[in-house]
Amino acid sequence: MNTTSEQRKNLLNVRGLTKVFGTLVACDHVDLAIGHGEIHALLGENGAGKSTLVKMLFGSLEPADGTIEWNGDIVSISTPAEARHLGIGMVFQHFSLFEALTAAENIALSLDTQTPITTIAEKAREVSQAYGLPLDPYSLVGDLSVGERQRIEIIRCLLQEPQLIILDEPTSVLTPQEADKLFETLERLRDEGKSILYISHRLEEVKRMCDNATVLRHGKVVGHCDPRRETASSLANMMVGSEVGKVVRPASPMSDAAEPVLEIRALSRPPDGPFSVPLRDIWMTVHGGEVLGIAGVAGNGQGELFEAISGEVTQRAAGEVRIRGTDAGLLGISKRRLLGAAFVPEERLGHGAAPELRLTENLLLARHRTDQASYVAAGGVIRRDALTKATKRIVDIMDVRKSAEDPEASALSGGNLQKFIIGRELDRSPRVMVVNQPTWGVDAGAAARIRQALIDLARSGSAVLVISQDLDELFEVCDAISVMHNGHLSQPMPIAEATFEKIGLLMGGAEGAEVSHAAGAS
Amino acid sequence: MRIELIKRPQHSALFSALSPFIAFALTLAAGGILFAILGKSPLAALYSYFIEPLTEIWSLHELAVKATPLILIAVGLSVCFQSNNWNIGAEGQFIVGAITGSIMPVLLPDFQFWFVLPLILIFGFAGGAAYGSVPAFLKVRFNTNEILSSLMLVYVAQLFLDWLVRGPWRNPEGFNFPETRQFHSFAILPEILPASGRAHWGFVFALLAALVLWFLLSRTMKGFEVKLIGQSPRAGAFAGFSDKRMIYFAFLVSGGLAGLAGISEVSGAIGQLRPVISPGYGFTAIIVAFLGRLNPLGIVAAGLVLALSYLGGEAAQISLGVSDKTARVFQGLLLFFVLACDTLIHYRIRLGTAQKPEGTA
Repeated sequence: MNTTSEQRKNLLNVRGLTKVFGTLVACDHVDLAIGHGEIHALLGENGAGKSTLVKMLFGSLEPADGTIEWNGDIVSISTPAEARHLGIGMVFQHFSLFEALTAAENIALSLDTQTPITTIAEKAREVSQAYGLPLDPYSLVGDLSVGERQRIEIIRCLLQEPQLIILDEPTSVLTPQEADKLFETLERLRDEGKSILYISHRLEEVKRMCDNATVLRHGKVVGHCDPRRETASSLANMMVGSEVGKVVRPASPMSDAAEPVLEIRALSRPPDGPFSVPLRDIWMTVHGGEVLGIAGVAGNGQGELFEAISGEVTQRAAGEVRIRGTDAGLLGISKRRLLGAAFVPEERLGHGAAPELRLTENLLLARHRTDQASYVAAGGVIRRDALTKATKRIVDIMDVRKSAEDPEASALSGGNLQKFIIGRELDRSPRVMVVNQPTWGVDAGAAARIRQALIDLARSGSAVLVISQDLDELFEVCDAISVMHNGHLSQPMPIAEATFEKIGLLMGGAEGAEVSHAAGAS
Repeated sequence: MRIELIKRPQHSALFSALSPFIAFALTLAAGGILFAILGKSPLAALYSYFIEPLTEIWSLHELAVKATPLILIAVGLSVCFQSNNWNIGAEGQFIVGAITGSIMPVLLPDFQFWFVLPLILIFGFAGGAAYGSVPAFLKVRFNTNEILSSLMLVYVAQLFLDWLVRGPWRNPEGFNFPETRQFHSFAILPEILPASGRAHWGFVFALLAALVLWFLLSRTMKGFEVKLIGQSPRAGAFAGFSDKRMIYFAFLVSGGLAGLAGISEVSGAIGQLRPVISPGYGFTAIIVAFLGRLNPLGIVAAGLVLALSYLGGEAAQISLGVSDKTARVFQGLLLFFVLACDTLIHYRIRLGTAQKPEGTA
């Protein structure tokens, strides 16, 4: 494909890079070539080995085999500091910022030099203006939006004048409008001759912006391609290795006769701590047969809303949450479950499931009150045979892949554990299902299965509330979408009227009226 | 050079089971070295420490006497520690249980009926539980660190006992010795086999407590709740369990059993209150609980081992002329090696390669 002289001109040549964890080969002889001034996409499902590869490039992991060639010289990168010294910068998906410090102070912390803070702030301001990343270096990180926090990370990276910038799923936390701004910045960087390694599973943005792509599957490179010549579905097929099942959403039986099953009325909640978001006068109704989605950038009160609806945090007035016509605001989570509600929190390990408990015990975790008769005998003795049987049923229905008969929850991969947790709730045929980030970190095949299961549950007459940051997912499963911003919840927008642009504006904090105006004008 | 602990991807079930035995073997080895440094023959010393007490019937009884409080306290602590509540104050709950249990025989010496014994046992349990509820209340209400509050309450209990036996509760016919009057016969916990030795019914209570708590922890919803809240508090809340009620439950159970151990020791082994009634059972029981892997049945075995170290300490004091503090050294060594073995089962040590000099970025 490439001639030797061409390879020599490349900024980075990776050959045969391998990393083994126990029996798992996370990266299996991976080759990667990035030229100067190129935006290179790294595509792959969760668990395909993208993060492992990038961590080896950034010096956080040591490769078992293979070579890294940087500007024509073979280098060994054993710490992130060495990577930075070579000119490799990285912007992580999860930011490492101190919320109580200012942007400039956070930047200063990552620089090894003793430069005074005012100089750093000045430099940061210059860089932010030069690349169209507006940021006040003296603002407190705690007060900034997620998009602004990402800018700090990018500026921090740019101040070290890297030749290669690695971005790990940068748009997963941004509104569509914020993402557009990020793309402009990246294109400007490319025009200056800097190279970018762009990790994403959003195919549209890869097609739009990237010059080359490397696709990983199960730790192996399955193809190099020019994403602009591929279609989104051909890229998806390369990533998954087979056709991804399409989610079918039958027409909703939405009629005015459908009874409201989950109602939230004037729900407010003061913030827990300095960096938690208050809930401000939230109203919402979910009818039987309907899937309502809640979109929003992470950290706008979705987690707080979930806790309030689930009953992990109770309300001040009983009427603020009504489940199937019963005031449930003062009831705890077990009593709300007894009313027919089921909940799936965002965090799987440590919230939805206990990592060191076995699957049967994790089934008991959510079902010990609703299925007391089946799982608990007289005197509080646990009926293990019944639990084993029910666990097996759920595992079969949801196609949970596991290595042992009854493994600890932490031994399952994220996607399989999520299928189990969703299956655990669906097995009850709940009348109300509240799910926070149903397919976060789940591979495409499992995600399609979970989404279909949620739609099917709704069509069987239950009310389903899906909180998600993934707009594609919401457009796939929901009948209507509301947007959460800074603790406010917008009016639901029927899916027929909703567009990425309108939802994106609401996610950025625009009011409902402005959105229809802006959308109408454009 | 740098020493790092790296989490092992899998941990061996075999070594998890063997860990207490490896720890015990290492303790013996380290103890042997210690005796060699002291100028004693290691083999003879270890023999008189760990074998000799097992060769005679009366000393087996003594073993049961010493193991009784250790097992009773440690099975209570296993509930506490599994639910992630760190009750370090069992020694204080032991003492308070002994005091509340002694109220009737000391203040009403003429009140002699058969039901006095069950009553004082209940008083002992209740007193220990009440004293244990203090750090629990502070933790629930003010989020106080229970390690500190329960530990500090130990010293309060010790000094209160000291004041009682020197002051208001001193035996009027006791020639000014700091002791209460002897318990009357209806307040004495009887010996199991009076013909052969001193072991009293407290040992049976300890075995029963271990069995009951083993069943509770491994087979019932309550045990599930204990484990779940201990391992993942958020998942516990998601399951609908209250962590505050669990704090009270753990402290009441462990405090109550420590109190029962206290009154059993006073009523079964000593027969009166003295300024010091425990050679640190409440603290040694922490080692017992961990050596028994927080499993009540394992704790029975561990309690016997630690009781042996007390007996051996007394024996070695006589036969070898070493300080009885060597028993404490053995106990400390044992806890150290148990924790070290457990850590090395889950982690391995990596000696960090010398860092290459970094350029300034």
